[in-house]
Amino acid sequence: MAKRIDVSGLSAFYGAHKAIEDISMTIEPRSVTAFIGPSGCGKSTFLRTLNRMHEVVPGGRVEGKVMLDDEDLYGPGIDPVSVRREVGMVFQRPNPFPTMSIYDNVAAGLRLNGSYKKSELDGVVEQSLRGANLWNEVKDRLNKPGSGLSGGQQQRLCIARATAVQPKVLLMDEPCSALDPISTLAIEDLIGELKEQYTIVIVTHNMQQAARVSDRTAFFNLEAIGRPGKLIEIDETERIFSNPSVQDTEDYISGRFG
Amino acid sequence: MDISTRKPQAGDDDTVSAGAATTPAPSDPGPDGKPAPTSGAPRTARGTTRRGDRVFLGLSRGSGILLLAVMAAIAVFLSYRAALAISKDQGNFLTTFEWDPNSTEPVFGIAVLAFGTVVSSVIAMVIAVPVAVAIALFLTHYAPRRLSGPIAYVVDLLAAVPSIVYGLWGALVLVPHMNGLFSWLNEYLGWTGLFSWQGGPARSMLTVGILLAIMILPVITNVSREVFRQVPKAHEEAALALGATRWEVIRMSVLPFGRSGVISASMLGLGRALGETMAVATVLSPTFDIQASLLDPGGGTFAQNIASKFGEANEQGRDALIASGLVLFVITLLVNGAARVIIARRKEYSGANA
Amino acid sequence: MSTTTVLKPVSLQGARLPKWAPWGVAVTAVAVAVAAGLAFGLHSRVQWGLIAAVLFVLGTFALSAKVEGRRQAKDRVATSLVWVAFLLAVVPLLSLVWETAVRGVKVLDGYFLTHSMGVVADAEPGGGIYHAILGTAQQVGLATLIAAPVGVLTAIYLVEYGRGALARAVTFFVDVMTGIPSIVAGLFILSLMLMLDLQPFGFAGSLALAILMLPVVVRSTEEMLKLVPNELREASLALGVPRWRTILKVVLPTAVGGITTGVMLAIARIAGESAPVLLLVFGNNFINANPFEGAQASLPLYIYQQYINSAGSTAAYDRAWAAALTLIAFVMILNLVARGIARWKTPR
Repeated sequence: MAKRIDVSGLSAFYGAHKAIEDISMTIEPRSVTAFIGPSGCGKSTFLRTLNRMHEVVPGGRVEGKVMLDDEDLYGPGIDPVSVRREVGMVFQRPNPFPTMSIYDNVAAGLRLNGSYKKSELDGVVEQSLRGANLWNEVKDRLNKPGSGLSGGQQQRLCIARATAVQPKVLLMDEPCSALDPISTLAIEDLIGELKEQYTIVIVTHNMQQAARVSDRTAFFNLEAIGRPGKLIEIDETERIFSNPSVQDTEDYISGRFG
Repeated sequence: MDISTRKPQAGDDDTVSAGAATTPAPSDPGPDGKPAPTSGAPRTARGTTRRGDRVFLGLSRGSGILLLAVMAAIAVFLSYRAALAISKDQGNFLTTFEWDPNSTEPVFGIAVLAFGTVVSSVIAMVIAVPVAVAIALFLTHYAPRRLSGPIAYVVDLLAAVPSIVYGLWGALVLVPHMNGLFSWLNEYLGWTGLFSWQGGPARSMLTVGILLAIMILPVITNVSREVFRQVPKAHEEAALALGATRWEVIRMSVLPFGRSGVISASMLGLGRALGETMAVATVLSPTFDIQASLLDPGGGTFAQNIASKFGEANEQGRDALIASGLVLFVITLLVNGAARVIIARRKEYSGANA
Repeated sequence: MSTTTVLKPVSLQGARLPKWAPWGVAVTAVAVAVAAGLAFGLHSRVQWGLIAAVLFVLGTFALSAKVEGRRQAKDRVATSLVWVAFLLAVVPLLSLVWETAVRGVKVLDGYFLTHSMGVVADAEPGGGIYHAILGTAQQVGLATLIAAPVGVLTAIYLVEYGRGALARAVTFFVDVMTGIPSIVAGLFILSLMLMLDLQPFGFAGSLALAILMLPVVVRSTEEMLKLVPNELREASLALGVPRWRTILKVVLPTAVGGITTGVMLAIARIAGESAPVLLLVFGNNFINANPFEGAQASLPLYIYQQYINSAGSTAAYDRAWAAALTLIAFVMILNLVARGIARWKTPR
């Protein structure tokens, strides 16, 4: 199920402004890759180039290659809508559809992709909610609005919504930054379980979190404000946090800047 | 109504008494906004505060009270004159198909006017609401950004074009251009009766409806556009990230979020259409009967009838017109009230907290 | 965790129509529509346009559904419907502005602006709108003198003092007032005039216009006052400045740009009102500079009367268009200036 991502020579722009420059890396399947770095270094922008969400922003433009196994996401004839279907995304703030019930939220992606029997939908909804460790908490109120849940539950609902369409890759853009510590822990546990099935990429501001959940860590930095962000290095998480090969990384991790 | 949450604490002005040490600030002056007993009642707390404050509060509260008094006066005077007229009416005010209030045996009723008002407004809404929503979506989600700004601005300005100009344009430009559409409708849909046409000038209910639609289009578009612009980016991105096409994003996140706003915008437009006077008066060639065809000239609306019949009306006739105006007033109140109820209910349900 | 897959496999390769496809469909649709129009002898160009629009939408759907699949087809149809709706709506609105401008400039000149109709017969050329401009200026001016202070004070009451039943009632009735049709406001003043046995005069129109203007001023002023940060008020109050001086010296100056904008937009709105003026001011072909006695003219009313009394005379229509152009120009300038002020002086 999970697929490998191979990025080479990728730059992203907002209009004339270059946000990230010449990034190349490989993201392994069935593992968690964390992106860390100071604010504005382009790690979220880079994440959004991986499912072509970057070009949704007016003026957003990308150069370079992103291979999902053996298909270039930016190749000719590629439909961005299908890309996003294959590469799911969880956002910084939980964003369930406010007018939909919990059930409908999870089923939303499936309903887009064709018609399913009620029993099939029921199965996928239950399976996804179980996968997101949310089933026991909401099984009695599937028809209540999703916005009635707590922040942490909403975020897990969003994860269930993203996994319901069985993507190959799951992108997470600071998924815990709006949550309390207990909810954060629940999400981190969940990430540990989800990596059995998915390729997971997570952007985080919290270095302990990166150390806790990820297998590999990429450090992004920018030379100055207004300059494009760059990938400094990517390596096994343990090495990045114990013995990084670049001085900047060590400075950042030990809290000397950023 | 979140006014109360934003204002300074009651009595702020009393806690610091500027050089008025002899008049100690009262510990509890009472909320400022409580309708003050206007005379007599003991107001020791207020009575000792600064004169400037008292005068200013009096002025501003007086303005509010004046506004209420005007509203009350409108209701009372219109009702009084209407009652005068209706008591003399020899026909049934609600069902009579005639408007002859000037004679010594006045006979008049609002059936035709009510019918015409409803029909023209319904036509206007059926045309204007979908188109306005589409334009609002166009401006927020489809148009190139460089275009959408100026277009939105122009639409804003068009909402300010006086209705008499729409009327003039409707009568001299739109009416002659309706012939093609009318003969086409008559040819293919004439059998329904609704669209049969005897070939007279196109000064009919359908033309009026279309003109009203054009007039309320900018209003509905403006409000809907504002609402669509406020749809949280997060909801749209959630849909996009699930692999939704642009239209599916709109279906899943934009329209549900904007529904109550669109309803209130439509009601605003409906209010305009119901009460529109001059544009209808210039375009319609009125008769005092109800006919099935929307294409043949005839019918009338409350507002149009008042404008057209006013010149020839004596005092009694004017009272009758006031009576019909009162009915129009009540109808617009009901429409506005309904809009408010719908919006309030939607708000409770959506409970958007993201 | 083994999963029972119920999903259909996806390919990233979506067959896409080339970029020029919508244009191609559009050109084809127009061509077919023109051909059909000529072949069947359809005279109305509007009809041709409608046929082209329908063909365009259907063609897009069919083509896209075949090549790209139903979901993409729906998306494309939505896109084309939105465009079609926009273009359909643009036509009449552009036509309105265009026709008014083109037909309006015919007799619009210095003479027209500085002379009244006087004894010029309705069907004859000549005459002008000076009396109407004068009447409108006086009526609107007087209405503003009433509605602006009352409206601003009411808004101050609601935002700075108002709480409890009275404030709630005022808020509610401002809403109600917003929905009053202009002709009803006219009828209200008319009922007063009937009781006092008064003949039409300018100020009666001003009163009705003031009723229409009042809620607009209250609403916009309220919005602006709410934008003034509470910290400013508290800072002033903490210095020992009394509440009323705080409002006059701190709150109002901060919001003055927005309030001016609101008042100007309200003026623009009532300047174009003709219904109440018709009932209360009656219209007059001669100059009457006294708004408190005798019938007056008014610009919107002038347009209506030129149209309705002329029995198809071109001269009268030309005058009506010229007056309409003048009125639109006035309203637009007022709008533009008001928006300029709003942009320049919004409290942040």
